[in-house]
Amino acid sequence: MPFIPHTDEDIRQMLAGIGVDSINALFDEIPADLRDPGLPGIPAGVTEMEISRVMNARATGDILGPCFLGAGAYRHHVPAAVWEIATRGEYYSAYTPYQAEASQGTLQLIYEYQSMMAGLMSMDVSNASLYDGASALAESVLMAVRANRKSKSGRILVPDTVNPLYRDVTRTIVGNQGIELETVTSNASTGALDVATLKQWDGEDVAALVIQQPNWFGRLEEAQALTDWAQRNGALVIAVVNPTAMAVLTPPGEWGANGADIACGEGQPLGIPLSSGGPYFGFMCCRRAFVRQMPGRIVGRTVDLEGRTGYTLTLQAREQHIRRSKATSNICTNQGLMVTAATMYLALLGAEGLERVAGHCHANTRQLTERLTDLKGVSLRFEGPYFHERVLELDRPTEPLCQQLASQGVLAGYPLGRHDKRLSNALLVCATETVTEADMDRFEEALGHALARAA
Amino acid sequence: MSQEALIFDLGRTGRYARAQAPAERADLADIPAQFRRRQRAVMPEVSELQVVRHYTRLSQKNFSIDTNFYPLGSCTMKYNPRACNSLAMLPGLLDRHPHAPDSTGQGFMACMWELQEMLAEVTGMESVSLAPMAGAQGEFAGVAMIRAYHDARGDDARTEIIVPDAAHGTNPATAVMCGYQVREIPTDAEGDVDMQALREAVGPQTAGIMLTNPSTIGVFERRIQEIATVVHEAGGLLYYDGANLNAILGKARPGDMGFDVIHINLHKTFSTPHGGGGPGAGALGVGERLLAYMPIPQVGKTGERFHWRTDKEIPETIGRLSAFGGNAGVLLRAYVYARMLGRDGMIRVAEFATLNANYLMSRLRDEGFQVWLPQRRASHEFIVSLKPEAKELGVTAGDFAKRLLDYGYHAPTAYFPLLVPECLLIEPTETETRDDLDGFVQAMVAIRDEARQDRDFVKGAPYNMPVRRLDEVKAAKELDLKWQGEAD
Ligand SMILES: Cc1ncc(COP(=O)(O)O)c(C=O)c1O
Repeated sequence: MPFIPHTDEDIRQMLAGIGVDSINALFDEIPADLRDPGLPGIPAGVTEMEISRVMNARATGDILGPCFLGAGAYRHHVPAAVWEIATRGEYYSAYTPYQAEASQGTLQLIYEYQSMMAGLMSMDVSNASLYDGASALAESVLMAVRANRKSKSGRILVPDTVNPLYRDVTRTIVGNQGIELETVTSNASTGALDVATLKQWDGEDVAALVIQQPNWFGRLEEAQALTDWAQRNGALVIAVVNPTAMAVLTPPGEWGANGADIACGEGQPLGIPLSSGGPYFGFMCCRRAFVRQMPGRIVGRTVDLEGRTGYTLTLQAREQHIRRSKATSNICTNQGLMVTAATMYLALLGAEGLERVAGHCHANTRQLTERLTDLKGVSLRFEGPYFHERVLELDRPTEPLCQQLASQGVLAGYPLGRHDKRLSNALLVCATETVTEADMDRFEEALGHALARAA
Repeated sequence: MSQEALIFDLGRTGRYARAQAPAERADLADIPAQFRRRQRAVMPEVSELQVVRHYTRLSQKNFSIDTNFYPLGSCTMKYNPRACNSLAMLPGLLDRHPHAPDSTGQGFMACMWELQEMLAEVTGMESVSLAPMAGAQGEFAGVAMIRAYHDARGDDARTEIIVPDAAHGTNPATAVMCGYQVREIPTDAEGDVDMQALREAVGPQTAGIMLTNPSTIGVFERRIQEIATVVHEAGGLLYYDGANLNAILGKARPGDMGFDVIHINLHKTFSTPHGGGGPGAGALGVGERLLAYMPIPQVGKTGERFHWRTDKEIPETIGRLSAFGGNAGVLLRAYVYARMLGRDGMIRVAEFATLNANYLMSRLRDEGFQVWLPQRRASHEFIVSLKPEAKELGVTAGDFAKRLLDYGYHAPTAYFPLLVPECLLIEPTETETRDDLDGFVQAMVAIRDEARQDRDFVKGAPYNMPVRRLDEVKAAKELDLKWQGEAD
């Protein structure tokens, strides 16, 4: 019996103590016609050795080569110490720190995380995590509608330069609450928003404007001017940002004259492995005035009976376990262990290390795209400032091309035609600090060969 | 235990973990100044050893399953087998990019597909989606599907979700996120749903009901089939909150009870680590009526090949719940666990979780504690009400909870469910030995003895933790949510 410690003698004595003669008798309140379905479809159990064999075979079968894919998840170097320590049982097998006195490790760590994240974003406060970047945007939209008391419209402006998967998730999550997501069209030749486009909403009731930086196409948005426009029009600004990029780009708290109101995004670049898409974590920061509208756990510093510093969950009256149907969100379990890892990642790198990582991502992407655009049939789709992703225009559809290159072990990038047919020949590429010259050689060669054949 | 400074306070300007960042700074001059950060972020400036030591020391201030008995009701804090973790962290699985083509993820997807199949079988549901990232997101998806079902039939008069008063807070919060009003119904004296109240509550305005079974009171809802009939006849659908599935795994199936959609907290029943708050996974089981609205993506199989099913195959889907396919690494851990248990192992989970709970309940009852529903069988958990102790001795459930920490036991869930005064919801799980259960009983008895002798002593607990009781009022009033530079 895997993981069950009972001996026959234990069982006998325990049943006697309860006063029944079999374990099955403990299930006698379940209607007989519901009991003991038998589970013919479930295979027999296997030992640790046997399942290890299965998993090792499957893991090595999932071939890996150089990776030029980004589009919301990024391959970065993860220091060995991060997961060595994050998987210590004391972090890994604890739960939500409701019993503060017995959870000071997790609580202090979250306080440190909140400090680092607020610092990186240059925002007043941070929560302790949401599920992922996309659901963090959805929660930010809900929060903005609550926080913007002057706005009655529930209307949110969402540019088409926001990750389309984030837009999908936001639609799923806010769709039943009378919130209107209105698309703002970007400039088709620059891949970024023109502030002038927003003029059509001048003077209208808009609850919030979403700005993604760097945007879905890797381009840098005019976050300053966009923020000023929004706030002049009574709209809040929701920033969706890449945390690595914030080491070198203007952070949301410094956008425009007053800074963004809410900043959110995907925490995965901060020490979280790609792992087929999760678990990652969503981060969320906001202005202090809005902290009571924030969803999720928040940790505060306080003192104990003897005046010693300690940490505890705070502002719990926002949460479902207290407020039930009036809570700011239904979130309960969050992505705590991912935050544990991210905190160590940020502590190890510090501002200097993170700037170096960000710098190398940018430089590698510049080098990669310069090399690839030298190939015949490849050009830059969008000019203009970028961080670590750029869109290439090829002479043929990129979806089949990516399949072909993948079979040669090169993850070439993200085919943008998946979300917009006009971009069927476009490819979103990314080169993080983990990409080597040899990786770029391999990509260039494989792409060159593929393009040499007739389209 | 000494206090641990904040990581920021350990730093010195110019220090960082040099092995962890690129050796040189890169040229960013081509990014125009207007986009560049002007002032460095406030971050720790520490060495690798300082980081390792600091976070190792902090970890030692936590209770966890690996270090303590953790009978936190409704949370299923059982042993998280280490193999599940190490096998989910094999490099081939960890390094796989979520956008990598299906052709490069067949091993991973095989695990996901088999997990879907096993979960469908053990719950009696038609189809399983692994997309939700926790129980609450599973609830959201399920209720959104119920809404999609009514909407598709043009039945827009259904504006209410029925929720028993014992329900977890996520249930009413979810109903509201899906645009519904919440109608609460009471629990009867025996711990079951009050049928009279249910009959009065249902009607053409009923979209559905959210139920946990066994309930959060720790008993099996005996009239579940009748409830299903009443709700279905009124045109509503049934949502099953699977937080307590551990109690009946392989012994009874929500699909057979009449539920239309369910979630399973894989971080409970399938033993994936709780991570100090998460991540979890809230796999969704879906019955016939709601198949058309499954969230995307879902793993499909054609011949021997696996692929992601998207809105092309599920055009009426409620949509995506995350940027990618859910908490894949958590799902891999659940898969390994399910395979190690197998058919017999799953059934034993329920059997021994129930044996442990009933044993602990009978021991505490024999010691004179007030078990909430002594006439009922415990499921995998049960309630002790400390109302008599509160009244006679002046010590509350909260005081017991804090003093238990001194004895090395994580406190049970306190003050939930809300309808039982001074309650402790106790869930021992199947992986604890009888000796550990006996030790817990002794601690409860000892605390009561202490309270008889010196009430204030118990009210002052804990004493052996890194901190004494914390000032939560100060925490909420004088908000201190981040480090603001050197202390003055
Ligand atoms: C009864 C019950 N329902 C729902 C939930 C919510 O699940 P999660 O925390 O995974 O979102 C929980 C657990 O926290 C629970 O105990």
